Amino acid sequence: MSSMMRGTTDNGPLLPEPDEDGAPFWEFAARGELRVQACGLCRELRFPPRPCCPRCQSFDNEWQRMSGRGRIWSYVLPHPPLLPAYAARSPYNVVVVELAEAPRIRLVGNLVAAPGADIDSVDPEQLYIGAPVRVTFARLPGGFTVPRWLLGATS
Amino acid sequence: MATRSTTPAPPPARRGSPALKDATAIVGIGQTPFARRLEDSEKSLACRAILAALDDAGIPPSQVDAFASYTMEETDEVEIAKSIGAGDVTFFARTGFGGGASCATVAHLATAIATGQASVGVAWRSRKRGSGPRPWRNTRTQLPTPAQWSRPYGLIRPVDEIAMLARRYMHEYGATRDHFFNVARACRRHAARNPAAVMHGRPLTRETYMTSRWISEPLCLYDNCLETDGALACVLVSADRARDCRRSPVYVHSAAQGLPAQHHGMVNYWNGDPLTGPSWTAARQLWKTADFGPADIDVAQIYDAFTPLIPLSLEGYGFCGRGEGAAFTEDGALERGGRLPLNTGGGGLSEAYVHGFNLITEGVRQLRGTSTAQVPGASTCLVTAGEGVPTSALLLRS
Repeated sequence: MSSMMRGTTDNGPLLPEPDEDGAPFWEFAARGELRVQACGLCRELRFPPRPCCPRCQSFDNEWQRMSGRGRIWSYVLPHPPLLPAYAARSPYNVVVVELAEAPRIRLVGNLVAAPGADIDSVDPEQLYIGAPVRVTFARLPGGFTVPRWLLGATS
Repeated sequence: MATRSTTPAPPPARRGSPALKDATAIVGIGQTPFARRLEDSEKSLACRAILAALDDAGIPPSQVDAFASYTMEETDEVEIAKSIGAGDVTFFARTGFGGGASCATVAHLATAIATGQASVGVAWRSRKRGSGPRPWRNTRTQLPTPAQWSRPYGLIRPVDEIAMLARRYMHEYGATRDHFFNVARACRRHAARNPAAVMHGRPLTRETYMTSRWISEPLCLYDNCLETDGALACVLVSADRARDCRRSPVYVHSAAQGLPAQHHGMVNYWNGDPLTGPSWTAARQLWKTADFGPADIDVAQIYDAFTPLIPLSLEGYGFCGRGEGAAFTEDGALERGGRLPLNTGGGGLSEAYVHGFNLITEGVRQLRGTSTAQVPGASTCLVTAGEGVPTSALLLRS
């Protein structure tokens, strides 16, 4: 057991460590907005964010607001061994959501039973590939706001 | 041109063919024991494996002038060179992305030797992954850039990232847990013949597999590779010199790396088809420069950190079509006597998980005719590195 614990530097939930390109995503999330980086010139959406457009090489960018609707592309239910904060919630779900506006853009997240509910709040039986979902936002203990997902296309 | 000795010469490289083809050969392999815990340090294990490989080749350490390893290797070239007594070293290189680097180490040595930058190359991997820490537990060393999009949600370990692909693969193509079990069973049956394998003498039944604990649903304990302490190494020289070595040469026929367009990191959920991974990119380059194709491969050593990587890689390297990898595993196809025996030493799932280096040495054994699960008359072998991460691959021939 001791070897499993070595290297653990954080016993709480992991917080995003944004880089310069990713920072706006988290700033918009804190305002309750799901926005994806797009090219300022050719308007192509891209994710994860980066300095320039892989299609036209422009360094202009903008952050387009998404409807917050999508479908579950896939999901997993992690079990131990896990970091302590996650082991305590296991089995929880992690989903990959493909966005309605741009199915090629898929966000990793968690399905929750209600805004603010925990990552183990949904019965795994309710999860299925293709399930319609909509975004909500949760403020984590460390002050970060992250997108979460609710089942169903409408509120 | 007259042959200098009575030993058979390799086929001459064809006019206009890539300079790498059959220009170099693996002439020595070496390894330490494999176990959940070994007392030696990683540095000491590395030296033991390298010296064993040089002894196997019949080449003194003082003649080594090239090194290649992984960026995740803890012992650097300086330490290795001065410990084993290498001479002046004129080429050294490292490749990133964990297990994606395995075949690239050999590829870089082959390139260096074929282009005259060095004459005796050593590639190695030493790792105490059995008794040492699990990398995913160290949340500070994970790259912030890709990790910010997945780690906070609890998608933490490599197994979680691959399980996500596995679930989608099952959904799209009708793969089942039995297909993943076929992979685990093939590796375990091969380990049963290999006394060096950690899982030697530990059979795996379908019931044990189906009732084992989950690690990341839909993947269970036996879909995961071992956690092993151990080290391996191999020695490369030019094809000319290889003819004078102690063992029959195993030629590097083709080599490739693969970083697909718009790739991300461990996996890519953001391209058109996340189930089309780096192996597809490496495969295109690998076959383009080879004299033979997938149908001519006698035995394969395919990176198996997780069972679903096998059907995905079978598709990527062209052994079957998109979505057919799961069905390919049926009827013992991956076992000795099957249509594509793979991971004949037991692989990462049942021999040892040392970032795939044991797949290279087992490929060499098959082409020397000395594997414990020998494929009769094997003369061609595909070896692959990690799928999902930027990867690499080799075609070996006798």
